[in-house]
Amino acid sequence: MADLSCKIAGVTSPNPFWLASAPPTDKQYNVERAFEAGWGGVVWKTLGEAGPPVVNVSSRYGSVDYNGQRMIGFNNIELITDRPLQVNLDEIAAVKKAWPDRAMVVSLMVPCNEQAWKEILQRVEQTGCDAVELNFGCPHGMSERGMGAAVGQVPEYIRDVTGWCKTYTDLPVFVKLTPNISDIRQPARAAHEGGADAVSLINTINSIVSVDLDIMAPMPTVAGKGAHGGYCGPAVRPIALSMVSEIARDAQTQNLPISGIGGINHWHDAAEFIALGCGSVQVCTAAMRYGYRIIDDLVDGLNNWMDSKGYNSIEDFRGAAIPNVTDWQHLDLNYETIASIDEDKCIECGLCHIVCEDTSHQAIRASKDSDGKRSYTVIDDECVGCNLCELVCPVPDCISMVEVENGKPYLNWGGHPNNPMRGG
Amino acid sequence: MSIQKSRLSVEKIDENFVDLHAPLNLLQAEQEAARCLFCHDAPCVDACPTGIDIPGFIRKISSGNLNGAATTILEENIMGGTCATVCPVEELCEQVCVKNTSEQKPVVIGQLQRFATDHLFAQAKQPFQRAPDSGKHIAVIGAGPAGLSCAHRLAMLGHQVSVFESRPKAGGLNEYGLAAYKMNDQRAAKEVEFILGIGGIEIEYEKSLGKDISLDKLRQQFDAVFIGLGHTAVNALGLDNEAADGVYNAVDYIEDIRQQDLSSLPVGRDVVVIGGGNTAIDIAVQIKKLGAENVSMVYRRGLKAMGATEYEQEIAQTNGVVIRTQGKPVAIHAADGKLSAVEFEYTQTDSNGRLVGTGENFSLPADQLFKAIGQSFDSQPLSDSEGPQIVAGRIQVDEQQRTSLNNVWAGGDCTTGADLTVEAVNDGKLAALSIHEYLK
Repeated sequence: MADLSCKIAGVTSPNPFWLASAPPTDKQYNVERAFEAGWGGVVWKTLGEAGPPVVNVSSRYGSVDYNGQRMIGFNNIELITDRPLQVNLDEIAAVKKAWPDRAMVVSLMVPCNEQAWKEILQRVEQTGCDAVELNFGCPHGMSERGMGAAVGQVPEYIRDVTGWCKTYTDLPVFVKLTPNISDIRQPARAAHEGGADAVSLINTINSIVSVDLDIMAPMPTVAGKGAHGGYCGPAVRPIALSMVSEIARDAQTQNLPISGIGGINHWHDAAEFIALGCGSVQVCTAAMRYGYRIIDDLVDGLNNWMDSKGYNSIEDFRGAAIPNVTDWQHLDLNYETIASIDEDKCIECGLCHIVCEDTSHQAIRASKDSDGKRSYTVIDDECVGCNLCELVCPVPDCISMVEVENGKPYLNWGGHPNNPMRGG
Repeated sequence: MSIQKSRLSVEKIDENFVDLHAPLNLLQAEQEAARCLFCHDAPCVDACPTGIDIPGFIRKISSGNLNGAATTILEENIMGGTCATVCPVEELCEQVCVKNTSEQKPVVIGQLQRFATDHLFAQAKQPFQRAPDSGKHIAVIGAGPAGLSCAHRLAMLGHQVSVFESRPKAGGLNEYGLAAYKMNDQRAAKEVEFILGIGGIEIEYEKSLGKDISLDKLRQQFDAVFIGLGHTAVNALGLDNEAADGVYNAVDYIEDIRQQDLSSLPVGRDVVVIGGGNTAIDIAVQIKKLGAENVSMVYRRGLKAMGATEYEQEIAQTNGVVIRTQGKPVAIHAADGKLSAVEFEYTQTDSNGRLVGTGENFSLPADQLFKAIGQSFDSQPLSDSEGPQIVAGRIQVDEQQRTSLNNVWAGGDCTTGADLTVEAVNDGKLAALSIHEYLK
């Protein structure tokens, strides 16, 4: 059994799986159920200023379903907690007291002035929580009021607010980043400059998940109208992984701890985030899809995989994939693969042929004998090794990409004869 | 009483005759459609006698375009609704589904086809329009699958069609011959209504060829003639006592099942069915469902040689029918004109592949015997006219369903080829396209 315990920015938890700041972490009842199920930590649903709480709409969620599967993508137009601040603070204190080994991070979002942050931090510190997470990511509703993503999209604000927080609390400060920007490194660098102890990403993506074609309005629909919401779920994971990798290999932020978020559904999704440098991961949609009990396989699956690889701790493989993430310009243009089809495994669906013929390089010939048996043959000279056929093939290991031993040395675009800027 | 009515309560009979497969609900259909790989040059399309674009219609189910899915089916097979439940999919489309190889389970194409066509029929929508009137008028003999398919396609192409049907209802075997548990809820009649909904088709009922009409006259009166006569004769055993009380032609009894109150039918206690085709299965299963106690189906060869598919054999077995093989009937025993037993001789296949008797006999007590040993085309109704060429007992046609007569086409069971509804529908379609070319 590997040791799954995690330590990130001074926060420890028995496993790296935290519930992200969202409806699953809105109150004591939910969070205690999560801890009973085995979650390593939570980021409590975002607290706002003292005073009248925000008001939420009905309905709040939209889903992208695909081929009979629900919630491949998910979005929401819910705001921060709509319960009174003191109620949340009391519950946070009670839960932390009852579950001292679990990570208790409190998400915060108040107006962009120093006094507001000072006041909230003073109150939050009294709960005994382990850290705070600054919600600079929420893309809907709160951003219209100058908070959430409205802050996260301006690096200077991120730096300043982070700096205020570091001034007024000794708690570790996580800065949660919005993906609704063009270069994730800019806000990450700003957080780092402001003294952030860690960044959490990604928050949700601006989205309209669907348009109801009967009422001609976006989903979710509130009295016939809809607004863009925050998109998450398995569909956003590739975007999250890319953004995490950008921060992990940026010279300025490469040592900044990262809590990875975005479409984590299975343990191997989490392992991918950790391989790209994340010290903990946060989950929301999968829990909202199935309930907290998914933690069992997240922990067990990660553990078994780590055992199979001989990894004794999270640190043993954390960041292991970062050195292999590079820029396109460094890729070897002399490296060649071509598709190889295992006829014994082929079920004759013809997908490899038709996609190559229509949309790729006309490199798979289809033929049919007199008995109607179909066969598909790769035309080696035409195959560019794009992988498309391998990806569409429904049978595992039927099509594989085989390296061509061409004896050519490593050559990237910088040195390629077709590059007019070569060597310049 | 060995033979009696209402062996079972009306409720029990109704319960026994529900659909063999309950229709898929939307969720099941979506899940099943998602299993389809949308193959390119799909084997299932090759295996469909009517060439339905199966991956195409399933993709339309996936997208929620259910009327589009039904139209894709019906444009190749206007009886796609019936074929969805009666086609032997296990040896056609579903047999070659690539998912058999990867998952040992095909996409249930037949059930998806029913889902799509049921959806369209429920709205009583006719998805096809007629081309402008061609001024041509075609006679179709027989309102079975071949005749109605031909008539519908001709009507689509702008022609006027008169259909002559010897019986009081249209639909042919769909109405009179298919197993009731595959064709519930007046589906055959509803399908006829749908087909006629395109307009331009008139059916003259109870008009028999050779009696009320003749081929010679039809050829004179109409621009073209399509013969879709079907099987009109039943093979006999050639044994004594074949006329005894309790001996039936399976097809006649099946017709009664389809046309009469089920609780009014005479049902034996010990029933023997002779034959190995789907008709034998249909009668054996249905007489069991009507309450017969012991039903034995006896076939002279082995299981593999049976005309009934393995899947049909399973239906019989799971319904409590005992399938006995290697037995050929040698005597029908009767007492006071009433059937009492059927005697069989054991058979084996000799070194030359011929079926020979072993000289050893067995006897099954029986109060009802159903003969299901095949039907044939009876050319007698054509004898008053110049007839088309007949080869091996069936009307000879070419690949366009043309007979040896210049303005006469034929299709369905009266011509060569597999005796399947779907084949008959295809024959009718091909004939209509050929007639259309001829009349241009």
